[in-house]
Amino acid sequence: MTDHAVTAPPSGRSLASYMYDPKFRGLFFQALTLAIIIIFGWMIFDNTTENLSRSNTASGYDFLNGRAGFDIGQSLIPYSSDSTYGRAIMVGFLNTLLVAIVGIFTATVIGFIIGLGRLSRNWLIAKLCTVYVEVFRNVPVLLVIFFWYKGVLGALPQVRDSLALPFGMFLNNRGLAFPKPIWGEGAWLIPAALLIAIIASIAVARWAAARQAATGQQFGTARLVIALVIGLPLVAYFLGGMPLTFDFPEAGRFNLTGGATVAPEFVALYLALSFYTASFIAETIRAGIAGVAKGQTEAASALGLQPSMTTRLVVIPQAMRIIIPPLTSQYLNLTKNSSLGVAVGFPELVSTGGTTMNQTGQAIEVVSIWLVVYLSISIATSMFMNWFNARMALVER
Amino acid sequence: MKKTLLSATIGAAVLGLGSAASAATLDDVKAKDFVQCVVNTGLAGFAAPDASGSWTGFDVDYCRAVAAAIFNDPSKVKFTPTTAQTRFTALQSGEGDVLFRNTTWTISRDTALGFNFRTVNYYDGQGFMVPNALNVKSALELSGAAVCVQSGTTTELNLADYFKANNLDYQPVVFEKLEEVNAAYQAGRCDVYTTDQSGLYSLRLSLSNPDDHTILPEIISKEPLGPATRQGDDQWFDIVSWTHFALVQAEEFGITQANVDEMKNSENPDIRRFLGVEADTKIGTDLGLTNDWAYNIIKHVGNYGEVFERNIGKSTPLEIERGLNALWTKGGLQYAPPIR
Repeated sequence: MTDHAVTAPPSGRSLASYMYDPKFRGLFFQALTLAIIIIFGWMIFDNTTENLSRSNTASGYDFLNGRAGFDIGQSLIPYSSDSTYGRAIMVGFLNTLLVAIVGIFTATVIGFIIGLGRLSRNWLIAKLCTVYVEVFRNVPVLLVIFFWYKGVLGALPQVRDSLALPFGMFLNNRGLAFPKPIWGEGAWLIPAALLIAIIASIAVARWAAARQAATGQQFGTARLVIALVIGLPLVAYFLGGMPLTFDFPEAGRFNLTGGATVAPEFVALYLALSFYTASFIAETIRAGIAGVAKGQTEAASALGLQPSMTTRLVVIPQAMRIIIPPLTSQYLNLTKNSSLGVAVGFPELVSTGGTTMNQTGQAIEVVSIWLVVYLSISIATSMFMNWFNARMALVER
Repeated sequence: MKKTLLSATIGAAVLGLGSAASAATLDDVKAKDFVQCVVNTGLAGFAAPDASGSWTGFDVDYCRAVAAAIFNDPSKVKFTPTTAQTRFTALQSGEGDVLFRNTTWTISRDTALGFNFRTVNYYDGQGFMVPNALNVKSALELSGAAVCVQSGTTTELNLADYFKANNLDYQPVVFEKLEEVNAAYQAGRCDVYTTDQSGLYSLRLSLSNPDDHTILPEIISKEPLGPATRQGDDQWFDIVSWTHFALVQAEEFGITQANVDEMKNSENPDIRRFLGVEADTKIGTDLGLTNDWAYNIIKHVGNYGEVFERNIGKSTPLEIERGLNALWTKGGLQYAPPIR
C-alpha cells in the first residue's frame, strides 16, 4: 500500500487519478451532500406551498392579533377571553418557563441529595437512593405525571371536604388554597430592604473571602447573611406600619373563594418532572464525584480535613467540572418534557398553542412558534450553563 | 395567498411529504377502494368502537352511507379517530376524505379553515350537566363554579362568552381528550361539565351513577353538527351532502331498509326517480355514481329516522328525542331539497 507514495504523479491527470485523490474525493462528496440537502429542502418547500394553496387555508401570522375567545385556568399575567391569541400563547410560554425553572431548581436539589446518598457509607441510605434512581429512571415520564395527578393528587378529598391546614390554608383535589398577600401602602419598603440585604450579603461574603485568603481567618458569613435577609425586611415591615394583609380562602357555594390556589395540574407536572429528572441528575452527580481521583480525598484526610469538609471543599469543586455539561442536557430535557403537561390539562405552551391552532386552523404557523420558542429556551439554557461551566472550570496556571 | 418561507418549510412536518389533498377525492376513493372517515375517538351513540372492535354510531353510519352510495358496500370504510384538536388538521392534510365528527358548522371553519359545510345531520346546542348534590336548577346559578370543558371546541368559546355575558365567574378546567374531561368530572375536579347536549346524554351514561347527575335546561348556543369536506372538490362535496339529503328524503317518502325493495315498484314517480328505477334517469351518474346510489344507501343503512333511532333515539340508552331533528313535516328542521 505504500506504492503510490513513491510513484511520481503523471503530468496529465487521468479521470481515474481524481478518484484516488483524497482531497478531490472529499470535496466531491461534500458538494454532493450539500446538493442533496438543498434538493430535499426545496422539495419540502415546494410540496408545502403546493399543499397549502390546495387546502385553501389562510396563512401568515396575522391571526395572533385576533380575539382568542377562550379562557385559561392558570395565568401569570392578566388574561381574559378578550385577550389576543398572541397573549394566550404568551400565557402558555410563561407557564412553561415557570414549571421549567422551579422544576430545574427542585430536580437539582433532589438529585444532589440522592446522588450523594448513593455514595453514602450508610447501607440503608445508599440502598434507598439506589431504589429511588432505579424506579424513577426506568418509568416513562408521562406515567410519572399520571402517577402524581391521578394516584396522589386524585386521592385528596373533594372540595366540600377540604382539609384545613394551619395558616388558613386548604387542601383538596382542586389544589392548595392559601391566603393571598395584599400589599398596602408603603409595602415597597419590604422588597427594597430585601434587595439591600442581598447586596450587603454579597459584599460581606467577598470581604470575608478576601480576608481568609490574606490572613487565613474564617468569618461566620452564613449566620450574618441569614440575619440580614430575614431581619432587614422584618424591620422594614414594622417601619412601614405593617402594610401587609391577607385575603383568606373561604368555602363558597362551589369552590373556595378568595385567596390564591396552586392547581393540581401544575403540582403534578412540577413534581413529576422534578422527581423524574432528579434520578438522572443523581447519576450524573455520582459519576462526577466518582470521577475525582481517590488521591484527592486521601490527600485531604492527610491534611486533617473532616469528611464533610473534604466533600464540600475538595471533591465537589472538582466534580463540578464533570457534572455541569451532562447537567445541561438534563435541564433541557426537563424543559422539553414540560410539554407533556398537555396530558393533565396544564395550560403550557403546547396546550394554549394547540387550542389556538384548532380555533384558527393555522397549524403550520403555530408549530413554527412552538419550534422557535423551545429552540430559544434551549439555546438560552445552554448558553447560561456554558458560562457557568467556564466559571467553574479549573483555573490552570 | 401570503405565506412565509418559514411556515412553508415547517409545513412539511405537518402536511407530510406525500401528496395530500387531491382535487378529485372520488377518484382517489375509488382507487383505494374505501372511504376514510375522520371520526371521534369515542363518543357513545355517535362514533365509538364496540366490544368486538367494530365502529358504530350515528356518525359512523353516515360514513357507511357514503360507502354504500359509492361502492354498494357499507363495509368499505376506514376510520381515523381524532381529538377535537386534531380533527381539522387530519382533514386538511388528506388523512381522511370526509369529517363526520359531531363538528359544529361555523363561518370561520367554512372559510378560513378551508372546509365546506352544507348539511346539518344533527341540530345540537350546548348544555350543562351538574351533580344533583349541588342542587343547581339553572346555569345562571353557576357563578364561581369550576367548569370542565374540552379544548379546541366551539364549546370552549361559547362557555367564555356565556359567563362573560351574564357576568358570572368561573374557573375553566380544560383537557384535550374527551376521556380526560370525563375522568376529571367524575373525580370532582370540577362542578360542571359542559358540551353539546347530545354529548352530555352520551357522557352521563358512562358515569358510575347516571341518575345522580342533571342536565340543566339552558341551551346556550346553536350547534349545527354536520359533515365537512375540503374546499376545491365540488363533486365530492356534492356526494357527501346528497347522501344526507337522501337519508332525510327517504324518511319523508316512508322508505325504510325493510320496504326499499317493494318501493321500487311504487307508482309514485318521485319515489321511482329517487330509487333510480325510472327510465333514462341521470340522477346518480351526474353525481359520478350509479343511478341506484340512493337505493344502496337505504338498503344498507336505512333512512335518517332509522339511523337516528338505532344509535341515539328513544330505544337506545341515550334516549334522545327527535326534537329539532324531526322532519320538517313533523315540526323539526330536517329538510331535503328536491331530488330531481
